Amino acid sequence: MSAPPAPDGLLVLDHVKVEYVSSVGAVTAIPDLSITIRAGESYGLVGESGCGKSTLLMAIMGYLGPTGRIANGRIVFDGADVSAADPASLARIRGRGCSIVYQDPNAALNPTLTIGKQLIEVPMLHEGVDAKTARAKARQILTDVHLPDPDAVLDRYPHQLSGGQKQRVVIAMALLANPKLLLLDEPTTGLDVTVEAAVLDLVNELREKYGTTLLYISHNLGVIAKVCDRVGVMYLGDLVEEAPVHELFANPRHPYTRRLLACVPRLDTDKHTTTFLPIPGQPPSLAGRPRGCSFGPRCAGFDAPRCGVAPIPEEPAGPGHGVRCVRWRELDQFEKTDAEHVAPATPGVEQVMRSADLSKVYDLGNAFMGFGSSRQLIANEDLSFQANKGEILAIVGESGSGKSTFARILAGLQDASAGKLMVLGDDLSRMPAHKRTLEQLAAVQMVFQNPDATLNPSHTAGFSIGRALKKFGIAQSRKDLDARVKELFGMVRLSPHLARQRPGRLSGGQKQRVAIARAFAGDPKLLVADEPVSALDVSVQAAIVNLLLQIQARNGATIVFISHDLALVRHLADRVVVMYLGRVMEMGPVSSIFSPPYHPYTEALLAAVPVPDPTVKQKHLRLEGEPPSPINVPLGCRFAARCPRKLGPVCDETPPPEQAAPDGHMIACHIPVAVLARVTPIFQRVQTPAGAANPS
Amino acid sequence: MSATIDNAAAAPLTAPVDKAPPSLLRRLPQSRVAMVGLGLIIFWVALATLAPLLPLDPPNKQDLMALADPRPSARHWLGTDFKGRDILSRLIWGARTVLSVAPLAALAAYLVGCPLGLAAGYYGGKVDTIISRISDIILSFPIIILYVILIANIGPSALNIVLAVVLTAAPGIARIVRGLTLEQRHLDYIAAAQLRRESALYIMFIELLPNCRGPLITDFCLRVGYTIITIGILGFLGLGLPPPDPDWGTMVKEGTAMISVRPHMSLFPSIAIVSLILGFNLLADGVRELSLRD
Repeated sequence: MSAPPAPDGLLVLDHVKVEYVSSVGAVTAIPDLSITIRAGESYGLVGESGCGKSTLLMAIMGYLGPTGRIANGRIVFDGADVSAADPASLARIRGRGCSIVYQDPNAALNPTLTIGKQLIEVPMLHEGVDAKTARAKARQILTDVHLPDPDAVLDRYPHQLSGGQKQRVVIAMALLANPKLLLLDEPTTGLDVTVEAAVLDLVNELREKYGTTLLYISHNLGVIAKVCDRVGVMYLGDLVEEAPVHELFANPRHPYTRRLLACVPRLDTDKHTTTFLPIPGQPPSLAGRPRGCSFGPRCAGFDAPRCGVAPIPEEPAGPGHGVRCVRWRELDQFEKTDAEHVAPATPGVEQVMRSADLSKVYDLGNAFMGFGSSRQLIANEDLSFQANKGEILAIVGESGSGKSTFARILAGLQDASAGKLMVLGDDLSRMPAHKRTLEQLAAVQMVFQNPDATLNPSHTAGFSIGRALKKFGIAQSRKDLDARVKELFGMVRLSPHLARQRPGRLSGGQKQRVAIARAFAGDPKLLVADEPVSALDVSVQAAIVNLLLQIQARNGATIVFISHDLALVRHLADRVVVMYLGRVMEMGPVSSIFSPPYHPYTEALLAAVPVPDPTVKQKHLRLEGEPPSPINVPLGCRFAARCPRKLGPVCDETPPPEQAAPDGHMIACHIPVAVLARVTPIFQRVQTPAGAANPS
Repeated sequence: MSATIDNAAAAPLTAPVDKAPPSLLRRLPQSRVAMVGLGLIIFWVALATLAPLLPLDPPNKQDLMALADPRPSARHWLGTDFKGRDILSRLIWGARTVLSVAPLAALAAYLVGCPLGLAAGYYGGKVDTIISRISDIILSFPIIILYVILIANIGPSALNIVLAVVLTAAPGIARIVRGLTLEQRHLDYIAAAQLRRESALYIMFIELLPNCRGPLITDFCLRVGYTIITIGILGFLGLGLPPPDPDWGTMVKEGTAMISVRPHMSLFPSIAIVSLILGFNLLADGVRELSLRD
């Protein structure tokens, strides 16, 4: 890692400039980018959406399409200039030289062909071997990617595999061509965290086994920290910083990298000690690229004569560490290392929400025309927990855990099948929105996950807020309405003129702010936030989380925060409920969840979290398989089938007891709490050669 | 809430957002196909509007002199029909009927089809089953036979043609709207509207319907074209507008008797029908192409 860069790498990007040509002219996506990736190394490219990482990937693969072109520079792969290659030699390079794994395995596999057919093609086409040899190779590679029963998998169709299995097949397919370079484009983004961890393990293992060079593209700094040796940070098509992974996380030198790292939730800090430092403003559009430093307009240290004139050259900031900032030596002169901290809301004792044995069962109807037994999907079973005034109750779990179902019941979009759900003294378990009074509706509002679906594209941003104000009787006259909308936009820090824009003109973060303003229009006592930031870039996520905490500090609302991101939950939650297949596995104050005793499931979740800090060592603990279907749930402990600490038949047959631990901490497990407490903590800091303290 | 928190958000976000694409209507000139279609439609609309001002013979006036030689001449540019009536004049006056009845009928079909589709898609369940099955029944009839049965029973008139078109077109429209509604029904903005207890009517017409407009505009243009074909066919089958007022389909039919000797009598009305339908279809193609472009 510390070796000086070899002059000839496996993949050399030499002053590459990529443009997109449209009817209005050429737009530069990547102005001037040089990267050298040496054989055998694992190179990570990070950046937020729109920073040009995918464009770069397409340029390397020669897939830029009819509108894109490499306007300048060379892309040299294994000694051959890819940028100038004709289609035939390109095909040869792609097939034997570099393979790609995309984000969505569903799009990468043909649903009408068996896995075997699709895999066998690869060696038959590229190596010209016969079908039998090809099948043997395919079988071998499926074994290598740890798919159970490879012979059966070969005969299955893609839809018969789970998401994680499909991604393994895609990786297997990429490896079948014996590539020198494997390009991975966000290969784990759509996967659950335990599955993601297993896929990342696989990537690391295969790299050691085959010596494949990796170019790993991700927006997730935690994932990059796990699999890469060297990291490049992209912003608006520029490589702003490049360093060995430990060096980058320990001593980031570019203001953008530093702010990006300060936006990432960490497991050793929380809302009481730290406030995220979001990046001011938004990235400009490609057409509006600023002169000089691309990050200039958003940088606190922008000095027009030095930063805003000519392209910024790369300066060495250490061994193998390059930074494109003219002021990197003077960072401390302009950079705030600590955000001004606002005290979060203090949880009160007054109970706002309490669920008691709340269950939701979907009747899926009879198996076949009335024959056979009818099937039930148990989305929630016996949920019993509470949230107090001013508290943030986080509900975590992987997909299928039933956390969103609970959120929808709480908000009134569904009704429960059994049990009680007391909100401010009323039982709302069987009161969907149309049965609730306006006061009850105003008191419980919801922020949704997908910023693109949360606002009606046909109406202005202020429209639905105005409707909510009117419906809840807060304002009636046009003047009052406008004034209140303006006020709410101020609360979420949006300029009021955006109220007249349609959502198509707003960014994801802005849409989510409008959604928060809408939820707060009726001054809710309880806010249900269903993964409100999971679709946003990390810097935008940081700003939204800060905003939620500020609003809460002011009006003391209770927040039920649904999330799969444990690091984020660690940052903002007061209490945490861990769910698996519709049941509560563990709950308690946030600190008790993140330290022993752990529920075995929580332990595995924590061990899988991608930590954006290579100096933190996680205990190695992986779950077998993937969450089973909630249709045929096990009789005993829901987690028994995957539990690494399963005791025996008792786990399969008897529902686990809800054991109390100190501080209102509850663990539903057959293993006694005293035994569970004997494990070592998941996270341990290790000293590294670069080991300086992290600035954020 | 002051500057205490994060300087990032302290300044309101006045975003340098990309400009949204201008509305479909304003981008129409970008599509050559749409412009050709629009040109054809405007051509007929202009002629129909200006008909009383043009130096034409009255459409029902018989020129006995022309009976001997009905072929196109300086006096009658497109010739005369078997009764000596000026074909150009009849085409232009006939355009007035077609251009008012066809869009009106399509519009009426939309007024019926949209609410049905919205209700089927939004409520689902039994409502959806009932509406969808009735639609299926109507759509499974050969449309021409349905027209003939209807018009033959209730009599040929402009109003009855509109009714026949509504009955046959509304199920198709309902099906499109239902599909578009189903796509949106589970989106978060609908949930948000439910959480402020908007009425079902409000959600259907204010939240859902406006987002269906893209495909519906294309469908409307196509449907006007189909309706023109329908009116032509009804005229050709003798079920068109009652004589003697000019009707393109009727004109084609009347010409067929002499088609081997005097082909112009059928040819010109046919060309008129084709050109107008082509206009609406090209416009629909252009609009669809533009809406796919963003």
